[in-house]
Amino acid sequence: MIDIRNVSLAYGERTVLHDVSLHLRERRIAIVGANGSGKSSFARLLNGLVLPTDGDVEVDGMNTRNKGKDIRQKVGFVFQNPDNQIVFPVVEEDLAFGMKNLGLPKATIAQKIDAVLARYDMTDLKEHPAHLLSGGQKQLLAISGVLVMDPAYIVMDEPTTLLDLRNKRRVARAISDLEQTVILVTHDLDLISDFDRVIVFDEGRVIADDTPQAAIPLYVARMT
Amino acid sequence: MLDLYSPGTSLLHRLSPAPKLLALMIGATLLFVNESLVLTVAALGTVLALFPAAQLTLRQAGQQVRPLLWIFILFFVLQWWLSGLELAAFVVLRLATLILLASLVTLTTRSSDMIDTMTAGLRFLKPFGVNPAKVGLAISLALRFIPVLAQITQDVREAQKARGLERSVIAVAMPVAIRAIKMADDISDAIESRGYRP
Repeated sequence: MIDIRNVSLAYGERTVLHDVSLHLRERRIAIVGANGSGKSSFARLLNGLVLPTDGDVEVDGMNTRNKGKDIRQKVGFVFQNPDNQIVFPVVEEDLAFGMKNLGLPKATIAQKIDAVLARYDMTDLKEHPAHLLSGGQKQLLAISGVLVMDPAYIVMDEPTTLLDLRNKRRVARAISDLEQTVILVTHDLDLISDFDRVIVFDEGRVIADDTPQAAIPLYVARMT
Repeated sequence: MLDLYSPGTSLLHRLSPAPKLLALMIGATLLFVNESLVLTVAALGTVLALFPAAQLTLRQAGQQVRPLLWIFILFFVLQWWLSGLELAAFVVLRLATLILLASLVTLTTRSSDMIDTMTAGLRFLKPFGVNPAKVGLAISLALRFIPVLAQITQDVREAQKARGLERSVIAVAMPVAIRAIKMADDISDAIESRGYRP
């Protein structure tokens, strides 16, 4: 479970989150809100990439203030632009990066790479240059790079924003098939219609926290 | 587009990076010590012959030197004007041979293997405060983001062209620099997220 207690976050003079308290325990949680509402900053708090100015974030009892590295192993993060997440020039090398950081043996790394590529039907792209992949393939590679590290939670920051319809559907299917707890920041309301919980942010505050059926119409009304 | 590793099963692909890098160093040194045009042409022929032997096409060889065509032409014209035709041909052919030789190494070596070798080779610098793993990651990032930055530059150039600003260096350089800095923040977060411990 992820516990967010009285969290505020400020960048210099600008406060982007105001006294947010949430307990995240559902399997599928969506975070929605207008641009600049603080949802991406909130997502970065969950794996300790950003530390709160006030308050605490705890993942399974570990505080992001002093257990950041352990938490990042538990909470995978998928960024909006996969080009900023893929670190190595070749697919196989990039998938190996996180696992090498965990100190996994070579044989295990090879086995996990084969398994994750087979899962997303990308086995023939194993030795492919990453920059020549399509947008959807890049995002699936970014998700795969997180999955091979066996996280318990996956935070995704607008993973379908840069994709065309076909790739969006492909990535949506991949997200829905994940066994892990998923916390998804998105503008794509179709993607979250069957989620367990939708949290709506506005100007750094939670203004709704409910089922999709209740929270989405409220969000749409606010945006129109 | 920048193509680095080209998958294959040739002898050059199977060879570990260390001997290839050593051969590249020796080859490059010999090319610069040599002063004979005939030997340079022979070296170029040998390097070109190694492309098919490494399951690479001559088209791939051409792709490696094409981006430098204007530099070759400039060197050739300058050298011809200053020192004569033979020396101009010698200088350009030597440079082309060197680039093709280096390309043979990069096209047949995975960057991760190359970086692992370089990281191991830099261990002797540890007592002087150099972290070989960090150097390895920096090289990897440079290789990975050259095509990404090239794409960003192309996008910005097209956007500025649409606004009639294609001749303004600042109008292209500023947005590229801003996007690169923003990208660097995200990449740093991504590396941290994936468990990197320097």
